[in-house]
Amino acid sequence: MEIILSVLCQGMIYSIMALGVYITYKILDFPDMTADGTFPLGAAVSALMLTSGVGSGWTFLTLLASFAVGAIAGLLTGLIHVKCKVRDLLAGIIMMTALYTVNLRIAGKANVPLYSTETIFRNETIDGIFQWLLPSSLNDYRVLIIIVIIAALCKFILDWYMKTKSGYLLRATGDNATLVTSLAKDKGLVKILGLSIANGLVALSGGMMAQYNGYFDITMGTGTVIIGLASVIIASNLIKNISGLKNTTAVIIGAIIYRGAWAIILKFGLDARDMRFFTAALLLIFLVISMERKKKVKTHA
Amino acid sequence: MLELININKYYNPGSVNEMCMFQDFSLTINDGDFVSIVGSNGSGKTSLLNIICGSIDIDSGEILVDDRNIVREKEYVRQRSIGRVYQNPAMGTCLSMTILENMSLADNKGKTFNLSFGTNKKRIDDYKELLSKLNLGLEDKLNIKVGSLSGGQRQAMALLMSTMTPIKFLILDEHTAALDPKTAELIMELTDKIVKEKNITTIMVTHNLRYAIEYGNRIIMMHQGNVIFDKAGETKDEVNIDDVLGLFNKISIECGN
Repeated sequence: MEIILSVLCQGMIYSIMALGVYITYKILDFPDMTADGTFPLGAAVSALMLTSGVGSGWTFLTLLASFAVGAIAGLLTGLIHVKCKVRDLLAGIIMMTALYTVNLRIAGKANVPLYSTETIFRNETIDGIFQWLLPSSLNDYRVLIIIVIIAALCKFILDWYMKTKSGYLLRATGDNATLVTSLAKDKGLVKILGLSIANGLVALSGGMMAQYNGYFDITMGTGTVIIGLASVIIASNLIKNISGLKNTTAVIIGAIIYRGAWAIILKFGLDARDMRFFTAALLLIFLVISMERKKKVKTHA
Repeated sequence: MLELININKYYNPGSVNEMCMFQDFSLTINDGDFVSIVGSNGSGKTSLLNIICGSIDIDSGEILVDDRNIVREKEYVRQRSIGRVYQNPAMGTCLSMTILENMSLADNKGKTFNLSFGTNKKRIDDYKELLSKLNLGLEDKLNIKVGSLSGGQRQAMALLMSTMTPIKFLILDEHTAALDPKTAELIMELTDKIVKEKNITTIMVTHNLRYAIEYGNRIIMMHQGNVIFDKAGETKDEVNIDDVLGLFNKISIECGN
């Protein structure tokens, strides 16, 4: 039971990151490596705020701050790509590398424990709400409940955004950038906007993960993009097989399935150190099976 | 009025592959003109369209729209007054989005893409009416993704979408070349109807000499970055397909084709 609970919690937290990867990889068609840096960035920002004391009942501000700082990082990746004309993959790698230092500077050191501080899961306000609202038998699930609420909120806001005019333009940019130019809009700006939203979500997820784990660690971002991609690919296979499933819902389920597979492999006695290899192998297998070859719009000049 | 004055454009300047596309090229297109441009491959037809739209920069020269120089305007800024249909039907529509979403996108050209709802429900009936004029039955398939439509249906939509909002110029870049003869005919008739209805200044590049002669009020033949044949109005009406084909063969032989 405890394992299922932790799979659900971690899977849901990662699913918010996966939503970000979904925006860049699927919607914008932009292989964004920044996420490896923005995930711990969000964690570092949250850790800094919690250790310096944001004030009781204000811990949720860490999530907003993580999102905002992550969005700025995404904005910079976008500027590097669009304005300096650096290739998409390289722009992300440059930003990811720079963020390593930034994260260390923000957090102060490579590992910051958060066991004794208040977090979004453990503070007076939340305690009060739960005592007043829910029977104590549900107390074991309070962390999960909080995570579900935040993940659902992200999902619904994203769903709503994709139906707005701005969201339409974002979807068009990844699909057919020529059309965006024809609509007299700067496709570069739309890309920057998309990268900001995506990295904001990744950082938000990182901030939650640090608070869930109870520590910030400088290495916690390594492999973020791969986990996100794996979740998105599982999701796109789900959509193919289950009709009427929303993309964002599928991504969340995909992240949980990935986390579940992770837990099962660990359970069978594999070393945590081997996990990266298995993630890479798993991703390769998924890619080959699903033949994720994007049909690019051929440009006829 | 669209004026191109002393346009110079070199490809790969300073290298062994340097190629002069245009040297002191000038062309004037009057308001309300429907100009057909023909010419062999590499004669500069598409380069000309790209220069007008801002897809490629020029080395020197002026592009005047109603006496305003637009050379420094970025491509997406120029598109405010330009509608463009490409040879590839996939270029004018968004394949992963539905017909309704595509129409909504096109309808919002020139306005801001803000956080209001993407599809204006009050406009749906107008979209249906526009689509029904195509006679392709698309008005009943509003929620179908454009990716599942045929090339001809997509091109019809692309044409509709590029002319939905008020534009000054319509640029047609071999827009019937990828279609079967019957669909090409249909798209061409549709083009003519829309152009006449909205009185849009139109520049059409085509390899189909019959379309070039049949439609529009001016025909231009290009060769090696120059206009070698230019007939408008009544003199254009007298041009027949054999004249153009003869000229075409003559320049082709000169080039050794």
